[in-house]
Amino acid sequence: MDTIRIVIVAVGGQGNLLASHLLGEAALAHEVPVQISEIHGMAQRGGVVESSVLLGKARSNVISSGEADILVGFEPLETLRAIGKCNKDSMVIYNTAPLPPFTVAIGMGVYPPVEETVELIRAKVSKNIAFDASSLARQAGTLLSLNMVMLGALAGTGMIPISADMLKQTIGEKTKKAFLEMNLKAFDLGYSVSAGAVN
Amino acid sequence: MNELLLDSPEKKMLLLGNEAIVRGAIEAGVAVATCYPGTPSSEIGDTFFKIQKESGVYFEYAINEKVAMEVAAAAALAGVRAICSMKHVGVNVAADFLMSLAYEGVKGGFVLVSADDPSMFSSQNEQDNRIYGKFSGLPVLEPSSIAEAKEMTRYAFELSEMLQEPVILRTTTRINHSTGVVALGPIARKNHLGTFPKEPLRNTLIPSVSTKLHKLLLANYDKAAGQSDTSPYNFVFGEGKWGIITSGISFNYVTDALQDLDLTSRVGVLRIGFSHPLPDKMIKDFIAKCDKILIAEELEPYLEEGVKVKAQEIGSVIPIRGKGEGLFSRAYEFSPSMVRKVIASYFGVDCPDKEAVSVDVPNIPQRPPNLCAGCPHRATYAAMRQACGDEPIYTNDIGCYTLGVLPPLSMSDISICMGASIGMGAGLGKATGRKVVSFIGDSTFFHAGIPGLINALHNGHDQTVVIMDNGTTSMTGFQPDPGTAMENMGFNNLGVSIEALVTGIGVKHVAVVKPFKFKKTVEQIREAVAFKGLSVIISREICPMYEKTFKKQEKRSYFVDHGKCKNHRVCLNTLACPAFYLKGEQVEIDDSSCIGCTLCVQVCPENAIRLKKIGE
Repeated sequence: MDTIRIVIVAVGGQGNLLASHLLGEAALAHEVPVQISEIHGMAQRGGVVESSVLLGKARSNVISSGEADILVGFEPLETLRAIGKCNKDSMVIYNTAPLPPFTVAIGMGVYPPVEETVELIRAKVSKNIAFDASSLARQAGTLLSLNMVMLGALAGTGMIPISADMLKQTIGEKTKKAFLEMNLKAFDLGYSVSAGAVN
Repeated sequence: MNELLLDSPEKKMLLLGNEAIVRGAIEAGVAVATCYPGTPSSEIGDTFFKIQKESGVYFEYAINEKVAMEVAAAAALAGVRAICSMKHVGVNVAADFLMSLAYEGVKGGFVLVSADDPSMFSSQNEQDNRIYGKFSGLPVLEPSSIAEAKEMTRYAFELSEMLQEPVILRTTTRINHSTGVVALGPIARKNHLGTFPKEPLRNTLIPSVSTKLHKLLLANYDKAAGQSDTSPYNFVFGEGKWGIITSGISFNYVTDALQDLDLTSRVGVLRIGFSHPLPDKMIKDFIAKCDKILIAEELEPYLEEGVKVKAQEIGSVIPIRGKGEGLFSRAYEFSPSMVRKVIASYFGVDCPDKEAVSVDVPNIPQRPPNLCAGCPHRATYAAMRQACGDEPIYTNDIGCYTLGVLPPLSMSDISICMGASIGMGAGLGKATGRKVVSFIGDSTFFHAGIPGLINALHNGHDQTVVIMDNGTTSMTGFQPDPGTAMENMGFNNLGVSIEALVTGIGVKHVAVVKPFKFKKTVEQIREAVAFKGLSVIISREICPMYEKTFKKQEKRSYFVDHGKCKNHRVCLNTLACPAFYLKGEQVEIDDSSCIGCTLCVQVCPENAIRLKKIGE
């Protein structure tokens, strides 16, 4: 099996580390070799959190520029910032709901209009799934389920060797029971977006 | 039961590198574990802390790395197995003890985990701690994967007991903070109670004893070299006239690159996992089979220099290169494509590359980490700025509060390492004749600030030291420090009083301030800074992120009343709290971020920031 390289970027607190770990647990259950690495030194102070998930036989656990098969972005600006991880054939799945950094509020930079970001990304990378995942998360019950929406959207592409059912089973085993129904709803909402987009 | 304690050999689990290290120690029957937290090592201690009652392993967060190592190594001297973990720069703090512990040796297995941080994701430097192996004469093991991190930890205890010497397990961020599949092994049941027969003239390092023990260390070094030469952690795979010698995480990039470049049948690889002492015969045999060798290792040319010495000993003059122009850099971590390119260019083969899309995107605003909304450090800094502006020199230290370097707070003119704010403050004050204010957090104050403070008092420095006491070690994940009373965590550990300590040594001006009482804090700061001589301000307010972990917080949030706001933006421009955002030209407060610290309420000249009533 060829290695699938997935980069997940988010703002600290958006829950991408849980998403990558659920992906890892589901891979283990599917007997798909998996390596994950993450940089979260100052994550909870509002910085950027990046994780890399490699599914397949590669030994490396980081992903070089241009080598991501899939970039999953929890926030549009951070997706754009990480776009160098992609090549023109990569798939980008991202949330279009902005979360402006505080630097914008204190006048150190301007948050680019989301439509421009979407256009820029579309011009660079051939496969795009851009949607308001934050709204879907709220629709599922809370913005905190954003990571489940994104995980569902990743599964919906059909590009990963792990089934949606296995991911949902893992969500059932590894997340809090009280949130299970909401998490699964969020997952399904994300799944339908990309399953629809790909087909 | 915590999954890490499962006695289910062969069971496969997904573990973080740091958890794999803990599991390796559990399998080895470890009795004592200590640490001082530091990224990327912290989860080792945190995991032991979590499982200590269930596992029966004694664990403590020590005041600093030196004491952590003393506690753990002494347990090993009493014959039980012990482990001690720290970040790379922590080993500098413990180095005095380590260098002579190598002479003393141990009885039970003792493993020092040094977590290095190439690329400095969360560190002030990227020193290569393999050199501590060479410096101290102690063995170094370097895992390349999460599974191997567990295996090597277990083996490190055996090796340590066999040699009667400490063993250094050297990891990097990409091991500590990576996750992979680990197969569990059986858990050894070892004695947790040691003995310490009195042998003063064996164990007290006076010159007459040390002279004998140095010879013993050298003999143990030779034994270790023998082990390295036959170690399964040093191995050759593939064959060819071209050779690559590599260790640690770089090994993975080399393996993948040889696949991608279709070079597996032309290049032999020597993977070195037991990297101090180097495997002498194995390296010499490898050199003898090659026309040309490349050394792939992050940071310092440690392997490269060692291999070149061995080549000289056998009279080989083949090209052996690693660091240099067009090859590998001594700075920053590697990446798979970079290693692939260097291999291709060194051996003169084509390198197919996926072209990254250009990042020619103008002016993306940065998203640096920032002090949290409601962080008391912001309040202390804002009060200092109000009281003293840019007049004093501000020396700073290591912790969340180092983020005060960013504008508009701009409260760190210099910060180098743990505890240095106070000592540097004294020197800068003497050399410039200016007032110096030194900021230090509670955990860092205990760790290495106390000697600096006593020194400042004894030598009569005119300096203000601000101890920002938020009750925990926030930056690394809320570990308790000696000031933390630990009853809410289910332990009896006492909280040591910073006031008692500071007044006890005889500091004449001590003020305890509550930073969220802004006006009063500004006054107290002015008084302390005006005091001639050493003054201490203890700025006390619990870290709200930490408090949230054990106490339900009442949600109070504030809003900007646009009827009153005249858009001076004093709130935004002096505090830069991440809860603020601009809606058009108006400042707004994000309800989900604001925790109601009221700092902005107190600085607003128009009293335009008001408490949101329920339903408003």
